[in-house]
Amino acid sequence: MGETWEWLTSSEQWSGPDGIPARLLEHIWYSALGVFVAALIALPAGLLIGHTGRGSLSANTLSNFSRALPTLGLVILVFRIEPLSIWPVLVALVVIAIPPILLNTEVGIRAIDPTVRDAARGMGMTGWQALWRVEVPLAMPLILAGFRSATGQVIATATIAAFVGLGGLGRFIIDGYSVRDIGEISGGALVVAVLALVAEGGYALLQRSLGPKEGSRRRRVAGPAVHHEEVHA
Amino acid sequence: MKKVLWLLLAAVLAVGIAACGDDLEEGDDSGSTSTQSEGEGGAEKPAITVGSANFPENVVLAEIYAGALSAKDFDVSKKLNVGSREALFPAMEQGDITVLPEYSGALLAFVTEAKSDAKEIGEQVEALNAELPAELTLLEPSAAEDKDTITCNKETVDKYGLASIEDLAKVGNEITIGGPPEFAKRAGFGIKALKRVYGAEFKKFQPLDVAGPLTVAALKDNKVQCANLFSTQSAIPANGFVTLEDPKGLVEAEAVVPLISKEAATPEVTETLDAVSAALTTDNLKELVKRVEVDKDDAETVAQDFLSEQGLE
Amino acid sequence: MNWGWLERNVDTVLEDLREHVEIALVALALGMLIAFPVGLIAYRWRATYAPILAVTQVLYTVPSLALFVLLINFTGLGQTPVIIGLTIYSLVILVRNLVEGLRNVPKEVIDAATAMGYRQTRRLFAVELPIALPTIVAGLRVAAVSNISLVSVGALIGTGGLGQLFIHGFQIDNPIEIWTGIVLTLLLALVFDLVIVAGGRLLTPWTRVVR
Repeated sequence: MGETWEWLTSSEQWSGPDGIPARLLEHIWYSALGVFVAALIALPAGLLIGHTGRGSLSANTLSNFSRALPTLGLVILVFRIEPLSIWPVLVALVVIAIPPILLNTEVGIRAIDPTVRDAARGMGMTGWQALWRVEVPLAMPLILAGFRSATGQVIATATIAAFVGLGGLGRFIIDGYSVRDIGEISGGALVVAVLALVAEGGYALLQRSLGPKEGSRRRRVAGPAVHHEEVHA
Repeated sequence: MKKVLWLLLAAVLAVGIAACGDDLEEGDDSGSTSTQSEGEGGAEKPAITVGSANFPENVVLAEIYAGALSAKDFDVSKKLNVGSREALFPAMEQGDITVLPEYSGALLAFVTEAKSDAKEIGEQVEALNAELPAELTLLEPSAAEDKDTITCNKETVDKYGLASIEDLAKVGNEITIGGPPEFAKRAGFGIKALKRVYGAEFKKFQPLDVAGPLTVAALKDNKVQCANLFSTQSAIPANGFVTLEDPKGLVEAEAVVPLISKEAATPEVTETLDAVSAALTTDNLKELVKRVEVDKDDAETVAQDFLSEQGLE
Repeated sequence: MNWGWLERNVDTVLEDLREHVEIALVALALGMLIAFPVGLIAYRWRATYAPILAVTQVLYTVPSLALFVLLINFTGLGQTPVIIGLTIYSLVILVRNLVEGLRNVPKEVIDAATAMGYRQTRRLFAVELPIALPTIVAGLRVAAVSNISLVSVGALIGTGGLGQLFIHGFQIDNPIEIWTGIVLTLLLALVFDLVIVAGGRLLTPWTRVVR
C-alpha cells in the first residue's frame, strides 16, 4: 500500500500527457461522449416505447443481453475493426450505455399512473405535450437512474479498453500490470474508483435535488429492471 | 416447504465450501509458496513449474521445456503468459517459477541494469553467472537467437532514408516510437538505452503490447513510425517492415537460454533441457513462431511436434 | 474464419469454460452465504438497512478491473481476487432483493401466521421467505448473469476462464477464439438464468397455479 501512496504523490504523475490529470480528462471525455451518444439514441427510443407501450419486450431482452455481454470481448472485437482508432471503442461504449438508459426511460414512462395521462388529456394537452410536460418530469428519477447506471458502466468499460490501446485511467492499470508496478496499478485503480464514486455521488445529488416523486401518482413497478444497479462492467 | 428451504441452504453451503476448498487446495496461481524447496536439493525428481513471458514465442519455448520434462516423468506445472521480466524475475527468485526460457543479452541487461559490456554469448553467460542471485543459474544456451529490434514501416524508411538506428537518431524528434510499456522504463533495450547508445530522443513513446497485434497494427497504420519488434516474427517480412541496423551493438547476442533455480538443476533436468537447447536454431525457432502467430496453432501442439521431430520425447 | 482452430482446441476451450463456471458459481454461493444473514439483519433491524445498502452500493460503484486489481494487494493473483470482487458486487442486489422481498409480504399473511401460532423464526422460514422467494430469485438471476459476464475481466490480471480466449485470440489475431468466448459467455449466462428460474419455479409451486 505504501507503494501506491508513493506513486500517487510523486510529482511526475501529475504532469505531462501520461500524468494522472491528462489520463483523467481523457477518461472523462470518452465516458461523457459514450453516454451522450447513447442518450441521443436511447432517450427518444425509451420515451417512444414507454409512451406507446410497444416494443417493450425487446427492450427487456436487450437489457438482459447487455448484462451478459462480456465487455472485454466486445472491446477486443471492435478493436479488430479498426485498430487504434477511438471510433470502434466509442461504439462499444455506446452499445454498453444504451440498455440502461433505454430500459429505465421506458419503464419510467410506462409506470406513470394512466389517470395522470387522462388528466393531462382532459386538460387539453396533446400526446406530445403530455409527454414532455407531465410524463417526463414524473419519470425523471428513473431516467436519471438509467443515466447513472450507464455512466458507471461506461467508466468501467473505458478502463478495460486500455487493453486495446485506449488512453484514459485504464492505462495505469494495464501498463502497470505488465511491469508489475503495484504502485501504478493500485494507484490507477484507486483513481478510477474515485472517479466512478464521484460520478455516482453527482447523480445521487441530482436525484435528490429533484425531490421525491413518490406518492399515489406513480404505480409501483416491481422487478429488477427498474433499479440502477443492474448491470456492471 | 421449510424442509426444502433448509435443503437448499445446505446445498448452497455445500457447493460453496466444496468449491472453495477445491480452490484452496489446488494452490491458486498467485502461489507465494515455493513449489520445490521442500526437498532440500536432494530430490531426484523435483516438481517443476515452467513459466513464460507474455508473448507467443516464449510460450512455445516454455511448452517445449515442459513437454521435454514431462516426457521424462517429471511433475510439471505451467505458469504461462505471466508478464514481462519485471514480473517473472521476482517470481523466480521467490521460487514460484522453477525454469524460464530467457534471452542472454536482455537478461544480462536486466540484472546489471545495462552496465555490462559483455558482447558475445560466452561472455554474457559468464557475466550472468557472476551476477545472478545465488539461487538461480543458467543452463546451456542454444544457437537460437531472438533479438529485440527497432523496426520501422516502409513509408518511414523511405521518407527518411533510414538504414540504421543511427539514422533514426537524427530524425527522432519527428518519430513516434512504439513498444511494450516496459520499453519506457527498463534500463536494457528501451528509450533510455537508445538515448545512451545512440543519443536518440523521440517525439513520443506510445505504449502498446509485447510485439503483438497492437504494435503491428500501429506500425501498419503509421500511428507509430517505428517499434520494438522481435527478430523472429513473421510480421516483419509479411508487412514489408524494415529492421534497422544496430552498428553500435545495442543488442548483441540474444541466445535462448533456460534460467533455472539451482535446486532444480539436477543432472537429469540439466541433460533434458540441454538437449532441447541443442536442438533449437534460429531458423526452427522462427518456424515455431510462425506456426503459432500465423497458422494459429496451439502452442502445446506446436511444442509436441517439435519434440517429436527432434526425437526428444 | 478459422473454424479448424475450434476443432483442434476443444479441450482448451472446455477447460476455460469449466474454470469460468467454477469462479462464477463459487462467487454466487459466497454472495448468497453473506447476503442471507446480512439481509436478515437489515430486515429485522430496520435502522441497519440504509447503511448496509449504502456500503454495498459504494462498493458496487468501483469498476471491476479496478476492484480486482485493488484486491490483489490482499489476496494475491489467481481466482481469489475475482471471486471476492464478484461476491462484493452481488451483495447489492442480493441483500436488497432479500429485504424488499421480505418487506413485501402482506401484513395480513404475517398476522395470520402469528395467529396460527408460528413464532418468529419458524414464521420466517415457513411463511415469509417462501413468499419472498420470487423476488430473491430475481436478484439471484441478475447476480448470476452479472458474475458470468465479469469473470472475463479477470483475464486481464491472469485469472482463468473464457476471458483467456479473448486475450489469446487478441494476441495472435484469431477472431474465432474471440467469438467463441463471447458466444459461450452469453450461452452460459442464458443457462444459469434458466436454471435459476426453473429452480425458483420448483420452489414456489403456488405461483404455477393455472388461473
